Amino acid sequence: MCDLTHNFIELIRLTSTDLPPDVEQALTEARDRESPGSAAKSAMDTILQNVAMARKNSTPICQDTGTPIFYVQHPEGWSTQALREQIWTAVAEATTRTYLRPNAVNAISGVNSGNNLGDDAFPTIHFEEVKGDELIVDLMLKGGGCENVGVQYSLPERRLGAGRDMEGVRKVVLDAVHQAQGMGCAPGVLGVAIGGDRGSSYYGSKEALFRKMDEPNPDPQLATLEERLTEEANQLGIGPMGFGGETTLLGVKIKGMHRLPASFFVSVSYMCWAHRRRRMIVRGSEILYL
Amino acid sequence: MYNLSVPISDEDILQLKVGDSVSLSGVIITGRDTVHKWMFDTFIKKTRQPEADDLEIYQAIKPLLNAGALYHCGPVVAGLETGDYRFVAAGPTTSIREEPYQSDIMHHFNLKAVIGKGGMGPETLAACHQVPGAYLHAIGGAASLIAQTVQRVIDVHKLEFGVPEAMWVIEVKDLPLVVTMDAHNNSIHAEVKTRSMVELEKLFAL
Ligand code: SF4
Repeated sequence: MCDLTHNFIELIRLTSTDLPPDVEQALTEARDRESPGSAAKSAMDTILQNVAMARKNSTPICQDTGTPIFYVQHPEGWSTQALREQIWTAVAEATTRTYLRPNAVNAISGVNSGNNLGDDAFPTIHFEEVKGDELIVDLMLKGGGCENVGVQYSLPERRLGAGRDMEGVRKVVLDAVHQAQGMGCAPGVLGVAIGGDRGSSYYGSKEALFRKMDEPNPDPQLATLEERLTEEANQLGIGPMGFGGETTLLGVKIKGMHRLPASFFVSVSYMCWAHRRRRMIVRGSEILYL
Repeated sequence: MYNLSVPISDEDILQLKVGDSVSLSGVIITGRDTVHKWMFDTFIKKTRQPEADDLEIYQAIKPLLNAGALYHCGPVVAGLETGDYRFVAAGPTTSIREEPYQSDIMHHFNLKAVIGKGGMGPETLAACHQVPGAYLHAIGGAASLIAQTVQRVIDVHKLEFGVPEAMWVIEVKDLPLVVTMDAHNNSIHAEVKTRSMVELEKLFAL
């Protein structure tokens, strides 16, 4: 097994400094929808200028480089321990090179570790053994501002009159968007998990965010719901940064899961417009960054 | 578009209305969660005794905050090993977490401008009216672009709070901002929240 440390550093650099093309495209379309001279339009212009500048200068798009969340799919025979150590080394080095801000704060002592290495969940690394001979590493940087406006509902939800059906799901998701206002750096993308337990449900809502902006849900019922929710969320008029405007959400990504008869969780993860996610594929001696 | 420079006068503040674009220049200080709590506990509520260099820092920041601006920001900074600091990424952080402290801090230091994102609540809005002051919204996530407006890092206090939580004294030039809470009791955030609630109820009634 080869040492991938410097490739992980490149993956982190790319993720932090260069927004994926599908997200940038969605932002450009959103800018074009705002009316000329509005605060919303000028916010979108600033956002797009910033994206271009970050790419050119290889500096972080946003200073909150968040929790680095890695999903590693590896063929049989790879050592997850070795991969974990390489990722740790890369994360610390990427922090020194200012691709990442030191973000790991010990919740008990209040001390910032200074190098983004905290515990087993910081950085977060999920491993999964898969068939085939490619190693696939997805990285997402999930900032705190938008993470804070994420929310989990347990249906039925009395306040909103939301029952245990898709109509109930629709209501709680719209409520989540209303609660968030512009605080998650709108226009954002919602990852929604329907079902699961409290833990797996939130996990599923993050996983849903790896699906590309222009890639519809393979389940036709959920695809329709995603479109409807995006449209209705935009009718709220919260707009970029919460300044009021046409685009409140760039999209909604839903993952359907299984639940216990007694539980019905709907988990909403809000991803800000700085939707930083990238993929690295190791295929023999070839390494691709997408 | 208004050009504001620090120190900011009352006349400057009173002419600002929500929705106005502002370009800010001068020396400002960053401060977020830990700094607000530290200021509040040590110098305002005085529930905690000043320790170590607390008083010295208080004397150093007081004149800068007087008629000045506090920026809710946890930057990425280069040059940590050498002390030759440079801002690499410096967008705003969510301001509402400082709502319990902001009004008192504005009064205590005669702070004219609070810069952040997401807006703040009724107590800060009232303080904007009384001090008078304004809440200036930076574009969330526009970190590389904002870092370019930072001309130099003049000083840093409380680096032991961590890089994001320290108080960075910086000189900015043409920092682009939008007034979202003014000294006349107007808040875009309150307006948008109310308006979007009406829309939400319509959608719920479908
Ligand atoms: S919500 Fe996103 S864009 Fe906004 S400050 Fe946090 S990480 Fe940056």
